Amino acid sequence: MATRAASIARVLWPPVLFGVLFLGVWELIVWAYDIQQFLLPAPSAIWSALVEEIDNVWDAVFVTGSNALVGLLLGVALGVAMSFVMMRFRVFNELATPLAVALNAIPIIVIVPVLNNMFSISTEVPRRLMVMLIVFFIVLVNVSKGLRQVQPLHMELMRSYAATPWTVMVKTRIPNALPYLFTALKIAAPAAVVTAFVAEYFGGRQNGIGYGITSSAATSDNDVTWAYVAGACALGVTFFMISVGLEKTTVKQAGPRRPGGATT
Amino acid sequence: MVENAPDVVAVDAATMVFNEGKANQVDALVDVDLHVAAGDFVSLIGPSGCGKSTLLRLIAHLLEPTGGELAVNGKTPDQARREGDYGMVFQQPGLFDWRTVQKNVELPLEIEGWDRRRRAERAKEMLDLVRLDDFYDHMPWQLSGGMQQRVAIARALAAQPSLLLMDEPFGALDEMTREHMQAELLRICAAERTTVIFVTHSIPEAVYLSSRVVVMSPRPGRITDEIAVGLCADRNEDSREDDVFFKRITEVREALRAHHGDQQPDGGPRRGIEDR
Repeated sequence: MATRAASIARVLWPPVLFGVLFLGVWELIVWAYDIQQFLLPAPSAIWSALVEEIDNVWDAVFVTGSNALVGLLLGVALGVAMSFVMMRFRVFNELATPLAVALNAIPIIVIVPVLNNMFSISTEVPRRLMVMLIVFFIVLVNVSKGLRQVQPLHMELMRSYAATPWTVMVKTRIPNALPYLFTALKIAAPAAVVTAFVAEYFGGRQNGIGYGITSSAATSDNDVTWAYVAGACALGVTFFMISVGLEKTTVKQAGPRRPGGATT
Repeated sequence: MVENAPDVVAVDAATMVFNEGKANQVDALVDVDLHVAAGDFVSLIGPSGCGKSTLLRLIAHLLEPTGGELAVNGKTPDQARREGDYGMVFQQPGLFDWRTVQKNVELPLEIEGWDRRRRAERAKEMLDLVRLDDFYDHMPWQLSGGMQQRVAIARALAAQPSLLLMDEPFGALDEMTREHMQAELLRICAAERTTVIFVTHSIPEAVYLSSRVVVMSPRPGRITDEIAVGLCADRNEDSREDDVFFKRITEVREALRAHHGDQQPDGGPRRGIEDR
């Protein structure tokens, strides 16, 4: 365990040192040039604003975080399900792929106002749907690739065993697609947070981090704005860490595999 | 060997044409006859593109012939494949890197529906046979190329097939490992009483391993010669120094040259054939 702790420390000290130095220089510049709070607050001011507003920031983080999480889970479920359907029915694949590409070509965040009109704007539904859509495409593209791109040799081997399509799916395609799913998750998790956050800029309920930032910025409470930004940052990192941790526990055995093709 | 025992493999006038009737039509095999009796070790040798792998794939029913008759253990190749009559080893080991060595060997047994305990027993037995008894729990990528190929052989023999089909299984290995694997293969096949059809482009490999070497010519692929090797049954590393060994190598080389010389007017070395 000692060596493990040591190796974690070895990985951690450069970014920690850099972060501390960065904040120090920031503090120093604000102090030396007497920069006004509404232009750029000092880290110490942001920290005290965060401590003061912690309940509000926490509530906002919770709202945005649960939107991201619900959208992420729905998007993963739907993306995986659709990958299997497209695997099973080739026709579906040919029909759906151009459609998916076309939909994905829309700067997708602009759909939010449309969703706001279609679904009740006083609920979190439009935001969660938005997150789901983004995640869905990332998962769909990667997982269907993983299900399809099985080594030809493995397919020939399974054929020599007279394996049924079901057996091929369970014993070859799904294990082959797992690393692709985790690649997709690593991309989709931070994207889900960003989407949940940006969707709040298009109106709707006034409760998330996005709202916290716009409303505090409107009143020039810059230190509070930065406190919300810190909250958003913590949320994104948390989601990323969770997806990396999941991958470590699940595909530990596979070792140095070829990386799953990352496609957004 | 019992007289009149049915052939394990009977190929009669098999023909394989790819892209028939199109501009890029390839006559891979024309009118091929091959009969392999139980206990035989038959090597198919010929230059690249002579259809030796295609012939192996017809027997395995990984391809359908465009003409002729094939039988494996008196059944159609399709039926024989469904009943697990053969095990196959490819040039690459083709192990599943998400499974341990033991679970890789168990794969065909899982598909045949063996219960867990018998699967584990059989897999361990096979791994002992290929001398990997200390590596049950390793992952394939922790093993060397030669060891991985031994796992592939254990996997191919796990379900006790009567026939082993090998498509250049040692082609990717270095010379030392290769000679060692050849000796191991003879030992394993003697222990399991397996009939083997072995595709190679190495003349010494074919002569060392086989009871019979089948020489093929390039497009359209035909069988041009069959050479009985006649090395003693309990051959060993010393057999590689044997006079009979060198004599047969010369015979096989001349058989290959006879049907190939017209394409090599400069008398240079033939492509795709190894003299080593």
